[in-house]
Amino acid sequence: MIGVLSFATLVVLLPLIIIIFHVFIEGFSALSYEFFTEELGSPSRAIQNRATGLVHTIIGTVVVDFLALIFAVPVGIGAGMMLSEYPEHMLNPSLRIMNDTLNGMPAILKGLFVFVLIVKPMGTFSGIAGSIALAVVMLPIIARTTESALQSIPWTIREAGLALGLPRWRVVLSAVMPAAKGGLITGVLLAFARAAGEAAPLLFTSFGNNYLPNSWLGFIFSPTDTLPQRLYSLAISPYEQWHSMGWAAAIVLFGIVIATFIAARFLAKDKFSKLK
Amino acid sequence: MGNVDSDNGVKSGSAVQPVKKIYLWLGDRIFTTVVVALGITIILITLGMALVLFLEGGAALKEFGLFGFISNTTWDPAVQLVFGAWPFILGTLVTSILALAISFFPAIAVAIFSAEYAAGWLSEIIDNLIRLIAAIPSVVIGIWGIFILAPWLRDTVYEPIYFWTETNYPEYLSILGNPMGYGMATATIVLALMILPYTTALAKDAIKAVPKDQREASWALGSTRWEVIRMAVLPYARGGIMAGAILSLGRAIGETMAVAMLIGNKNTLPFSIFGAGATMPSVIVNEFREAVESLHLSSLMAIGFVLFLIALIVNLTAAYIKRKISVGGGQVV
Repeated sequence: MIGVLSFATLVVLLPLIIIIFHVFIEGFSALSYEFFTEELGSPSRAIQNRATGLVHTIIGTVVVDFLALIFAVPVGIGAGMMLSEYPEHMLNPSLRIMNDTLNGMPAILKGLFVFVLIVKPMGTFSGIAGSIALAVVMLPIIARTTESALQSIPWTIREAGLALGLPRWRVVLSAVMPAAKGGLITGVLLAFARAAGEAAPLLFTSFGNNYLPNSWLGFIFSPTDTLPQRLYSLAISPYEQWHSMGWAAAIVLFGIVIATFIAARFLAKDKFSKLK
Repeated sequence: MGNVDSDNGVKSGSAVQPVKKIYLWLGDRIFTTVVVALGITIILITLGMALVLFLEGGAALKEFGLFGFISNTTWDPAVQLVFGAWPFILGTLVTSILALAISFFPAIAVAIFSAEYAAGWLSEIIDNLIRLIAAIPSVVIGIWGIFILAPWLRDTVYEPIYFWTETNYPEYLSILGNPMGYGMATATIVLALMILPYTTALAKDAIKAVPKDQREASWALGSTRWEVIRMAVLPYARGGIMAGAILSLGRAIGETMAVAMLIGNKNTLPFSIFGAGATMPSVIVNEFREAVESLHLSSLMAIGFVLFLIALIVNLTAAYIKRKISVGGGQVV
């Protein structure tokens, strides 16, 4: 049996390792200096084989992803706190069900939701709509990981705090939260790694843009490029040069996601956290 | 925090001033209000999502009726303006169920090997690799599929099968469909690869959660290692493993980018094995940005609503199974 199982493991891991291998080989050979300094421009640039790059995409990704974190972290951690610290609250069971439901919903639906809620009233696709969509993707993950991180802290710590005469909020903020710090950061990083790779919700919200905006606010209030959604358009485009830029975008995106992911795994080994 | 009273901290004695008592009470009030408000935000987002999709898809559902919309096989945004979701519902169900069927046993094999047989360091490596692979963005798998996998499948798998069938059983060619590399088969294979790490991780968590006593009892009865796994571990972990498989199915159903890039995007029945097809997420991605007719847009939203319902059923089933049949099981983010 061990022979069969180890063989099966090899067979299963092989194609998955091939994917990583190809992304590295093709991605590295497609990376160039211009990739990080030029904007994409119109397709004619690609047809004439002039230098193009994705500097606007990389900046857009950073802006949209970090805005998403700013929206998602307080709400996600707050909801996780409610799940862990207020089990007696009337709405707690509903929150747990709703959070799991939200977590199980395809990301594309979160894009449609934010399209109706933000893009339609604003009248334009925008970076901020993209970041709200990504925040909705991150929220249930942060809430769940926060809940388990807080619950991994022994109740005796809370009891000790209460016995000292501390109010409940001080116990949570000054005793439980610091003890769970490693787990909390891990959860946020995992949520970030997951959301940073999403393209579907961004197609209807931040939409994409071939050019650098005139000002920084342009990244927030007008259509903005992000790596996953740009990678999709490059890959299905008819231009040879854009295909190779697609591979370069793939390795950069993969690099960001994997770096975040490895950092999260590394932190998960923190002595206070049981999260994997 | 159990039933601890909010003014618990001041019961200890006379040293505490009344002012401080109010301050403590107020602090807890504010904190509770903020935390509960943030929790309610998530409840509102989830309910809001269902409501928004229902309302926006309302025009299409009203025009064709929910059942008519689901069962109609015509999707014509250009000429007749008739919208039926059945080709996409069928495409979604066929690709994701096949993907689960292909990947289920290999995934369980990896989980068993990694949890029960592999040495500590090897198990650690497999575990990290599996979770790393699960973290690869869908679009990255998609670009690999477009430029490497699909051409390879076309040249080395699909065409030989197609030509062999052409010489021997030409009457079955329509079942196979045009072997262009992009189509139902390719999308299914990629979906299987994508959900495999997820199923494995969940199954491994379920196996790891089986209590030691369970195994020791079996060892004490003189079981071999495989008998311990087969008779003591797997039955115990069954609920967790099944729930994990259904959650993986949910992943496959909602998977968007890689499928949209590889399925070929054909909006009509009937599907063939190598031929092009479409799924609910793929048609939304492909047509949403180009939809100008309000009925077209509303129909895409209605597809989103149907997708929401299917994903909801899948998730509730997984939760139910987990609670019903098992004790074990973990979570993967």
